[in-house]
Amino acid sequence: MTIPEFLRGSSELTVTGPKVIASFEVFGITVNFTETIVLQWFVIALILGLCRFLTHKLTVSGVSKRQVIAEMLVDAIHNLVSDTMGKRWMFMTPYIATIFAFSICGSLISLLGLRAVTSDFSVLATWAVITFLLITATKIRFNGVGGWLKGFLDPVPVMLPINILSEVATPVSMALRHFGNIAGGAVITALLYYGLTGLSRMVGLEIPLFTIGIPAVLSIYFDLFSSFMQAFIFIMLTMVFISNAGPAEDEA
Amino acid sequence: MEMSEAIVLAGSAIGAGLAMIAGIGPGIGEGYAVGKACEAIARQPEASGAVTRTMFVGCAVAESTGIYGLIVALLLMFLKPFT
Repeated sequence: MTIPEFLRGSSELTVTGPKVIASFEVFGITVNFTETIVLQWFVIALILGLCRFLTHKLTVSGVSKRQVIAEMLVDAIHNLVSDTMGKRWMFMTPYIATIFAFSICGSLISLLGLRAVTSDFSVLATWAVITFLLITATKIRFNGVGGWLKGFLDPVPVMLPINILSEVATPVSMALRHFGNIAGGAVITALLYYGLTGLSRMVGLEIPLFTIGIPAVLSIYFDLFSSFMQAFIFIMLTMVFISNAGPAEDEA
Repeated sequence: MEMSEAIVLAGSAIGAGLAMIAGIGPGIGEGYAVGKACEAIARQPEASGAVTRTMFVGCAVAESTGIYGLIVALLLMFLKPFT
């Protein structure tokens, strides 16, 4: 928020989706080039820059502080994956780490006054669809196509519609949970700014002084805590669903 | 404002409020889960890491119904699909 924006206060309440920068038609379907896409590239550049910075000049002896931080991060995600999924799923670590880093950075750019990438449903839907495809691929890999299709008739064929529904509900609920938390937090913060501006005007202050400090308390919960929590829950559910799609550890 | 539009707006506002009743369920459920997790950690402090992790995932799953209510309320308040 810039200083003139602050002085004006939020005298009207509007909740909109991301800004559309350009839109063009492909085969009769309107494709929107939105703010979110630009911000996503910004986040990608940020993460790439951080990785390049942390892994610059790795050595075995005489370890620098940078390398200690990099090793700590890699160790943490490795331990998380091996604890949750087991040793034989370690090849999933890069995907899990990518989603985690992207989700955290995408949510935390709201601290810079930008629009959080994760408050756009299409982003979360994309991640959820990727996870869903991975779950399905794992099921097919371990049971074969026949076994996978037969799983829908389990335990009795009458359950077919319910099984299909529960299959679809997995990605939908994953995406909606993350989206609802971040977008809901943004809306509640907007409501608070609106309310505090109105309160300042009511007591006769031209400059909305009440909007200093008070929203920061809410921001700690919605921006910091929620971002970390939802990113963690998203990867946690991804790991649990994927490792449950395969057979148990001792059978394999 | 036309009468019909006013009725739709009023209905949307009431519906948004009613949708947030969905917050009761996750509130009770998460409180219960966290209470049980505290008991478990008190009994077995060495397992606190695993207990906390499992509790957070359980809380997240329990929370989704509340989040659905929130999304419905937000849609009714700001997108006004019926006007």
